[in-house]
Amino acid sequence: MSMLLEIDNLDVDFLTRRGTINAAKDVSLQVTAGEVLGLVGESGAGKSTIGNAIIDLLESPGEVSGGSIRFQGEELRGKNEDEMRRIRGDRIGMIFQDPQTSLNPLLRIGEQLVETILKTKRIGQSEAQKSAIELLESVGITEARARLKSYPHQFSGGMRQRVVIALALAGDPDLIIADEPTTALDVSVQAQILDLIRGLCKSRNLGVIIVTHDIGVIANIADRVAVMFRGNIVETGEVAQILGNPQHEYTKSLIAAVPRADKRLHRFASVDYIDGTGDQSSAGLQRIDINTHWLGKKSQLQLTAAQSSEASAIEVKDLSLAFKLQGAILKRNRRMLQAVDKVSFAIAQGEAFGLVGESGSGKSTVARLIAGLHKPDSGSVEIIGQNVLGNQKDPLVKAARLNLQMIFQDPYSSLNGRLRVLDIVAEPIRFYKQSDNEKHTRQLVHDLLDHVGLGGSAALRYPHEFSGGQRQRISIARALASRPRILICDEPTSALDVSIQAQILNLLKDLQDELGLTLLFISHDLPVIRQMCDRVAVMRNGAICEIATTEDLFNSPQHEYSQHLLELMPRMDVIGG
Amino acid sequence: MLSFILRRLGQSVLVMAAVSLISFSLFNFVGDPVNNMVGQEATREDRVFIRQELGLDDPIPVQYFRFLGNALQGDFGLSYRIKRPVNELIKERLPATLELVLVSAVIALVFGIAAGVYTGIRRNGWFSKFILSGSLVGVSLPTFIIGIGLIYLFAVTLRWLPSSGRAGVVELGWWKTSFLSVDGWRSIILPAITLSLFQLTMILRLVRSEMLEVMQTDYIKFARARGLSERAINFVHALKNTLVPVITIIGLNIGGLIAFSVITETVFQWPGTGLMFIQAVDFADVPIMAAYLCFVALVFVIVNLVVDLLYVLIDPRIRIAGR
Repeated sequence: MSMLLEIDNLDVDFLTRRGTINAAKDVSLQVTAGEVLGLVGESGAGKSTIGNAIIDLLESPGEVSGGSIRFQGEELRGKNEDEMRRIRGDRIGMIFQDPQTSLNPLLRIGEQLVETILKTKRIGQSEAQKSAIELLESVGITEARARLKSYPHQFSGGMRQRVVIALALAGDPDLIIADEPTTALDVSVQAQILDLIRGLCKSRNLGVIIVTHDIGVIANIADRVAVMFRGNIVETGEVAQILGNPQHEYTKSLIAAVPRADKRLHRFASVDYIDGTGDQSSAGLQRIDINTHWLGKKSQLQLTAAQSSEASAIEVKDLSLAFKLQGAILKRNRRMLQAVDKVSFAIAQGEAFGLVGESGSGKSTVARLIAGLHKPDSGSVEIIGQNVLGNQKDPLVKAARLNLQMIFQDPYSSLNGRLRVLDIVAEPIRFYKQSDNEKHTRQLVHDLLDHVGLGGSAALRYPHEFSGGQRQRISIARALASRPRILICDEPTSALDVSIQAQILNLLKDLQDELGLTLLFISHDLPVIRQMCDRVAVMRNGAICEIATTEDLFNSPQHEYSQHLLELMPRMDVIGG
Repeated sequence: MLSFILRRLGQSVLVMAAVSLISFSLFNFVGDPVNNMVGQEATREDRVFIRQELGLDDPIPVQYFRFLGNALQGDFGLSYRIKRPVNELIKERLPATLELVLVSAVIALVFGIAAGVYTGIRRNGWFSKFILSGSLVGVSLPTFIIGIGLIYLFAVTLRWLPSSGRAGVVELGWWKTSFLSVDGWRSIILPAITLSLFQLTMILRLVRSEMLEVMQTDYIKFARARGLSERAINFVHALKNTLVPVITIIGLNIGGLIAFSVITETVFQWPGTGLMFIQAVDFADVPIMAAYLCFVALVFVIVNLVVDLLYVLIDPRIRIAGR
């Protein structure tokens, strides 16, 4: 085992107007050939910065200000642009997070491969073509010769990531830096790509650095792991040792925050070390007594509808929707995608119901159908006993719809950046005329912001001043403003770090308990579903495979596909407790 | 793909039908054609005779379809003023305009794209800043002022180039070209630069902003990480991606070049269709105006059709979607 990469006391600084930010401080790492090193940490920890610093692709204004990077015994710092170019691709390859954007959309993948091969080796065009085919085959792409002529958009996400890996391998590098290589992929594809990377590492005797925020990925693929927190490496060691018996406080709280698939806990472990302000989701909140608090009172509109407490919160029957992929005059020439295929389920009031599946399984479309954002081709949707597909101006339909609110996945694009938080949260209150005057509206907004752990002072600020987790709290406050009884949460935490995810999920749980909310919780993440939901429906290709209580599904899945999904779940056996 | 082309062709036919209707209506709304044609001393009988000869007594739909039928065969009737067939007049004038537009389009494209790429890559260089502030002149000054300025500098003061007209024309069959003699080139260069300046600026700024955007994308970063040379990154990976929106704008602009050549041709007394049009407007010479309108519309329609096809050729994603 020879030492491939040695980083000693590396400092990376970003010079900004407000002074210098140390993105990496005194970082030391070693990678040997044939070894996978995991670099784990949350966003802003500086893990990508280290990957970029190694191949000298730091985005301006970042710069390496101290320490040394020795690659195969050669100092990389101080090399000029030309020398670095010969190292990039030839000796160090890089894989990026999103295969959708890391390939040039206008060039055939053959052109991109051949171009990269020709740059690194002195061979002719036809030989380069041949070696491109071999490369594609080695990353598991079948019919490689024909595929050379394809454009990136003709590949699925997982296949594209294979192409990206082939490109990174084109120059026969000795070290691969993979920056979140599976974050944008489905869990089954993730497993394949991780297998591929690990296989290549062993067969070609490569050194691999995997940068990720996902402890599950680390547990599956890495030999050793380095944990980063705010630019520092707090702990390094064998995976089993670090995950099973973490020494540092940060590592401990990070691992505790990871949702467990093997057992259900009442709450996610508190992760106060991570943001240093304490667990806002419990400590900072006053409890709400639903019987006296305004959130429990029904609004005028809701009172007009006679809502029995026995009816299901949501009941859908034989819901179907097809999207047109390609229009044509003749019906038989049209290509349709059956996004939702005869879906039926009922959610009892106060229940937390999970919808799980891979991307493209139609789970978000079901949510949108229920919320009225799409119109179904056939089937029925009832909210608290009221059919809501009829005349949308009917006061009964309106009242039923008022009971339902949605929280979206991306906290960045789901808030209007030009509005103040006050106006964002007040919008439903004003729309439904649920307050007597402006002063009362403000009072309600402050109240809501207090409940979601942001504090009333947030009202006068704009969304861009908040972090992803805080924005998701604003979304929750907005959803609660119209006093709904049902919340649809469409992947509410998949854009968030694991510690923030734990806080948001705790908040949702608390609100559910206090307000007696019904939750329709959509996620691709099985452990999260297990922690959040009472019952689960597994979706695939628009249809429901299995509906079971969460405990039953995780202990004895009936359907083949559910079993498959559970098997693919990153294994966390190494984590103790 | 075929259905895409057919649909586009169908749309083009609709546009042309609408334009022909508008040009036809010129005949009925811009004065009485008979009054324009005959002199003061014509008798009432003469007028009635001409009116019948020209078919002006027929119902309007009949007149329109006759106009359309003739127009499809390239016959726009006689010019009221010169008393010669309009299509002959256009055929005589067209080479001058097309050559002028061609030269200025080439100038705008070559310098616009080159300067756009340069300023996009060397974002903070002093030369980029110089080009960018200089390009503001191109957008902010009206064409005729630039033309007059150029004439004053190069023709009046320095006496390097002729101030106006189209000298040194060589005949190739019916096509008269400026490209085969030194005098021809000398006389085309000033009007071509004048005409191109606005388009050049637009292309420059568009290419630059697209370039800046593309350089931020992941695939450029990934190309860097594979160690590709700067040249391959800038000219293969980045430039091709900037061209997609640029081509749309260029297509619209080439139509614009022909339409706006009116002003440049007037300033430089360039004997093209634009100058002919202005003279026709002066004399209310309706057949020429109508024909010119149809002609410009046809150019726009054809250029846009070509642009759409080019778009499909450059961006494979559109090919699959088939729109």
